[in-house]
Amino acid sequence: MNRAPLTRRQRRTGSLLGLAAWLCGIAFFLPVAWMVLTSFHSEADAATNPPSLGAGLSLHGYREFFGADSGVSPWPPLINSLTASVVSTLLVLALAVPAAYALAIKPVRKWSDVLFFFLSTKMLPLVAGLLPVYLVAQNTGLLDSVWLLVILYTSMNLPIAVWMMRSFLAEVPVEMLEAASIDGAGLTTTLTRIVAPVALPGIAATALISFIFSWNELLFARVLTGIVAGTAPVFLTGLVTSQGLFLAKVCAAATVISLPVLVAGFAAQDKLVQGLSLGAVK
Amino acid sequence: MPTQTTEPAREAASPGARPDGAAGAGGRRTGRAKDWARRAPLLPALVFLIVVTQLPFVATVVISFTRWNALAPDHRGFAAFANYRAVFTDPALRSSVGTTVLLTVTVVLVSLVLGLGLALLLDRSFRGRGIVRTLLITPFLVVPVASALLWKHALYNASYGLINGSLTWIWGLFGSDNAPQPDWMTAVPLASVEVSLIWQWTPFMMLILLAGLQSRAADAVEAARMDGATAFDIFRYLTLPHLRRYLELAALLGTVYVVQNFDAVFTITSGGLGTANLPYTIYQTFYQAHDYGRASAQGVVVVVCSLLVATFALRTVSSLLREEVTR
Repeated sequence: MNRAPLTRRQRRTGSLLGLAAWLCGIAFFLPVAWMVLTSFHSEADAATNPPSLGAGLSLHGYREFFGADSGVSPWPPLINSLTASVVSTLLVLALAVPAAYALAIKPVRKWSDVLFFFLSTKMLPLVAGLLPVYLVAQNTGLLDSVWLLVILYTSMNLPIAVWMMRSFLAEVPVEMLEAASIDGAGLTTTLTRIVAPVALPGIAATALISFIFSWNELLFARVLTGIVAGTAPVFLTGLVTSQGLFLAKVCAAATVISLPVLVAGFAAQDKLVQGLSLGAVK
Repeated sequence: MPTQTTEPAREAASPGARPDGAAGAGGRRTGRAKDWARRAPLLPALVFLIVVTQLPFVATVVISFTRWNALAPDHRGFAAFANYRAVFTDPALRSSVGTTVLLTVTVVLVSLVLGLGLALLLDRSFRGRGIVRTLLITPFLVVPVASALLWKHALYNASYGLINGSLTWIWGLFGSDNAPQPDWMTAVPLASVEVSLIWQWTPFMMLILLAGLQSRAADAVEAARMDGATAFDIFRYLTLPHLRRYLELAALLGTVYVVQNFDAVFTITSGGLGTANLPYTIYQTFYQAHDYGRASAQGVVVVVCSLLVATFALRTVSSLLREEVTR
């Protein structure tokens, strides 16, 4: 941007600001770094004051998390979380992609009203609908079932996904669609040759965001599941005990459970902001 | 941003989709069929969302007028406004409304200001900018419950948390062995919830504001600089007006998410010591007191309050959308 040669003073301010950015980055990252370091400490080293930074590393916390002593395996909740997140994400895509197509490529009349209806459902606090959902689940035998979470997570992420997909599909060039229809291209050709190349990165980003939100959800999982369908976040809250040391174990668990989200989030870094702002910011 | 045509232009782009007055009855019928063909892909999503999100709200409204405690099932009946009277006269609930407002405003404002600072720092090129950006995003990607547990046990804990541990260490450097060891979660309960949430939400604000900064026209800034404008002038008269929409959007989306926060309050303080916000209070009325009628009335009150926030949020998003469409 600054094409004029930099003076020495400007260069010094520049490197100071760069340094400030680095310090902020490290400060924000510090708690996460501490979580990971603690997860590799023994329980005794994890709970010292002052902190024992240089203590020997151990996998004890991870062994504990995977049920070495307690015999409680974290796999069922992890698999429940995975099922709820993956299946609901697939459902979200199956519902949102056609809807976004109808809103962006060949907009129906009053398409922006429809779009805002979707968004308004996201603005209402989920907790207000919790009780009727609980009662219905109780009467239909869906209580403590991972499929109930699938349905709820789908409805939770659907509005975001429709908005996101619409903003991606809006980038499909209209002129090319016209040209294709003049050349007599069928729907399949139009979809595979013109729409898909633009839509696929958008679908991937939408899927990642939907996965992250489902994986993170605690309130519904906590109220609507029990022993069978408990998810990873619910399991995590149950690791804290009133007796004995548990810090290394909890940090190990927090690290393992956050890992899928961290990986997904870093992979989708560029699309993250578009998803979180419902496609309003690119 | 890509060029996009307005709605009428789009409709005109596919001739025959809507029959005009000159078309005969046959044309009208195929036109209607085409209209439905256009709407069809929309319907599954719409129906699903109405069934799963709107019906429960209707049921909530109905239950809110019912006297219904799960522990006394025989005592069920029409309650008229009794639940609402209980809601508005309940001091615990009134204080939880205050807590929700305080918590949300503090978290959103502080993380907005911090996010703006960080976005400005990241809007210039320096060595390792990509790495710093990744480091800054990390807090937002830690699972919220994990983050709450991390703050509660690994950082705030009075006897072995990192904060007090660091205090001991720093005091130790100066040869003192009586470093202050406050119990953060009882001394400043609401602030400890807020700090953990600010840590999580600052990256969110930063990402949106950074996208805003990067969409700013570079030549205007360049021209201003050539004309001798100071960095502060450029920020005050060019950057800030341009960022206004993005600030609004970030604040409103942040509000929508933070108002609904449950994880941090539930984990860090279990709603104790005046930190119970509305979602936590509803959860408690429903889950622990089993008073379905009152929990529903609380839910309805929360919905009405969030509708107020949502109206502003929707208007902001709508103006961004219109800007995109008319471009």
